Amino acid sequence: MSRRILVVDDSPTMRRLAASTLRAAGYEVIEAEDGQAGLDRLVETEIHAVVTDLNMPVMDGLMMTERVRTNPQTSAMPVLMVTTESSPEMREKGRVAGATGWITKPYAPQKLVSSVRRICQ
Amino acid sequence: MDDLAELRQLYFQECEELLGEVERHLMALDEGSGDAQTVNATFRALHSIKGGAGAFGLQRLVDYAHVFEALLDKMRSNEIPVTPDRVKVLLRAGDVLTDLIRSLQSGTELPQDREADMKAALETLAQGGAVTLDAAAPAAPAPAPKPTAEAPKAVPVAAAPPAAAPAEPVPVSRRYRIVFAPRADMFKRANEPLLLIRELGGLGMTTVEIDQSAVPALDDIDPEAAYLRWTIELETPAAIDVVRDVFEFASDDCDLEIVDLSPPEPAAPEEPAQEAPAEAVEQPVEIAAEPPVETAAAPVAEEAAAAAEAATPTAAKNVQVPAKDGAAAATPQVSSIRVDLDKLEKVVNLVGEIVISQAMLTEHLGALSTEKFGGLIKGIEELSQHTRSLQDSVMAMRAQPVKSVFQRMPRLVREVAAATGKKVRLVLHGEETEIDKTVIEQLYDPLVHMMRNSVDHGVEPPEERVATGKPAEGTVRLSAGHAGGRILIEISDDGKGINRERVFQKAVSKGLIPADLSLTESQIDDLIFLPGLSTADQVSNISGRGVGMDVVRSNIQRMGGRVSIKSTPGQGSVFTLALPLTLAVLDGMNVRVGDEIYVVPLGNIIESLRPTTKDVHSLAGGGDVLLIRGEYVPLVYVGRLFGIANAASDASKSLVVLVEAGPGDKIGLVLDEIVGQQQVVIKSLESNYQALPGLSGATILGNGRVALILDVPGIHGIVRGAATQARATPPMSHAQQVQA
Repeated sequence: MSRRILVVDDSPTMRRLAASTLRAAGYEVIEAEDGQAGLDRLVETEIHAVVTDLNMPVMDGLMMTERVRTNPQTSAMPVLMVTTESSPEMREKGRVAGATGWITKPYAPQKLVSSVRRICQ
Repeated sequence: MDDLAELRQLYFQECEELLGEVERHLMALDEGSGDAQTVNATFRALHSIKGGAGAFGLQRLVDYAHVFEALLDKMRSNEIPVTPDRVKVLLRAGDVLTDLIRSLQSGTELPQDREADMKAALETLAQGGAVTLDAAAPAAPAPAPKPTAEAPKAVPVAAAPPAAAPAEPVPVSRRYRIVFAPRADMFKRANEPLLLIRELGGLGMTTVEIDQSAVPALDDIDPEAAYLRWTIELETPAAIDVVRDVFEFASDDCDLEIVDLSPPEPAAPEEPAQEAPAEAVEQPVEIAAEPPVETAAAPVAEEAAAAAEAATPTAAKNVQVPAKDGAAAATPQVSSIRVDLDKLEKVVNLVGEIVISQAMLTEHLGALSTEKFGGLIKGIEELSQHTRSLQDSVMAMRAQPVKSVFQRMPRLVREVAAATGKKVRLVLHGEETEIDKTVIEQLYDPLVHMMRNSVDHGVEPPEERVATGKPAEGTVRLSAGHAGGRILIEISDDGKGINRERVFQKAVSKGLIPADLSLTESQIDDLIFLPGLSTADQVSNISGRGVGMDVVRSNIQRMGGRVSIKSTPGQGSVFTLALPLTLAVLDGMNVRVGDEIYVVPLGNIIESLRPTTKDVHSLAGGGDVLLIRGEYVPLVYVGRLFGIANAASDASKSLVVLVEAGPGDKIGLVLDEIVGQQQVVIKSLESNYQALPGLSGATILGNGRVALILDVPGIHGIVRGAATQARATPPMSHAQQVQA
């Protein structure tokens, strides 16, 4: 069955890029433009995994991930964090917030797909 | 054509907007009207430009935007205060950024030093130094366009031709032992060990051993703790780094040990290793126009890029391995196959035939002497067991998780809640429970109706809930599970429960029950299944769509299921659907009517009895009723209904099987005798002959005879219709028709 991925990014380009990559890999994709919108989508729709940018207006990816983890209804949601910096510091922040995995921008399309596959069956 | 080209275009459009923002914010800072938010917003815009640039491989832009962004980062944290002088430099830096982006978009070459000076200036500022404006290059017009390699370079991360693979050394299979023990934190981050083990399986051959010795007794299990340890032996051409990479996300949350068990590799392959990365980087340039996403070999490029970055001698291994990685991705471990439903249907039918043939064989066994035919008898008994297992397995193949239906409910609940101003949380349980496909298909409509009811009629408005001490948000639960060979589906809410007084009054006012009838609480609850009750003033645009609970019940009963309700005033209601595992097989009671055998679905039967003369009363308008425990039940002479000669015609001298024909409706079927009870394979009358009133299908008995399956609600309909019409309806003769 087709898995549904929520792509959260404030940049339409990055969103489209991730979305078209994931669609080509057979996933269904839902998009959100910031963390708050992402949380809204999670409530509205059945979603199997989240791919989120870090730096966003309204609510950033870290905050969104924390909220996802603290809400019992979404606490088991795999979250893949997309970071620009490959610094261990950023990765650690993501980990503490509850991210399941992380990839560094820029990423190759296949890297995104294999990372999503790694966290979501 | 190319998705990527289109996206690139979109990116540059976005850049225009972002550049506008950067400029607007910097102007605001320049005029002194900006604040910390303005700096932050500028940072974010640059960050987005950089992120996209990275995705499209625009390295120059990445580098430049990075320096720019780094300075803004320090400014937003006030490490470097925002001063008018610095803002002036930022504005100039913004101009350079615009030039750089435009030149990349048009494919014109911008002199390398165009941004180099500004980069240096920004770096100086970021280190707390001062920059005079002269140091920054004045904005110069973009140089004359000339074709450039920049555009093709946009794709180095994207694609590589499969041709790159043969150039690599032939991979040698290696053996690894991986000991993997997740810690509880891993689950907290929603990491799934199974996926990782599966991914390893994609790399090569695995032998997986699980150590569950740490699992405590059931009572002591902490559902959030981790108790399992896996030992995986993996045979794969992949390098150890690739194996380790599988645990990339988990490595900090598990105990992991990866040991290379294979003998050390000969040094020879190291030689071409030096070349591989360079080659891999070059390759993509040639095919830059290829859409990257669809290229199966994409991982090669990905890792190649990584290898190029790493630029270490071991990088070659990274290059060699992803080819395998890619192959694994293209042909994932096959754990399921698609089968055409028609083919499956055929198998199900054939198994049905086998069951019948087998029953016929068994029937003849009794006539054989055990002495002479002991071996044969034993063989057939074994065959019978295998047939039963075969039937179960085939039925299981058609089973699907109820998830497909359940997952459509959250939206429904949300919509109904929104339309009625309720606050409702939906909790789903047991979505993985498997039911026969045909049952699932027929489950949707009744479920929709019941869910609507629960939200619309069950859950109270938030104010009312709060007033009664409940949380404002109501909870509706939908769960599925197996119980006693049936599927139980429960819909429960924590709402106000059924208003028994109102239901009773309404049933009386609609003339459905006499006003002086005394009913138990659960009998009153059952009244909601009466046709005509759940409409009228209960109608809202949500629930009142002309479908009542009576339709729900008859739909469920048609499937051989039952609906029941348990309601507690003030605390909510629970609807329970008990459904058969499949529609292809039915538990039936074989009954004799004259010389014919009919099958009565066991699900309909309440009891069977032999009435005495004083229990049977004739009505003035024709027809008999049976008085049982103070209740009058209409009698249906099955023989008369189907025109069967010498069938029982006097209820007081024959057998009556009391059946439930519909919501609250009972009828007594007058028969000659009960022959036995068995599981029968249902054969459709529609597809083999034609649909007939009062009959839901046919089956073949052990002796090879056809027996018709009674459609109890259908019979009730016929009788009710006949009662209102003239009594002169000619008897039907299905049995003859079918057997003709």
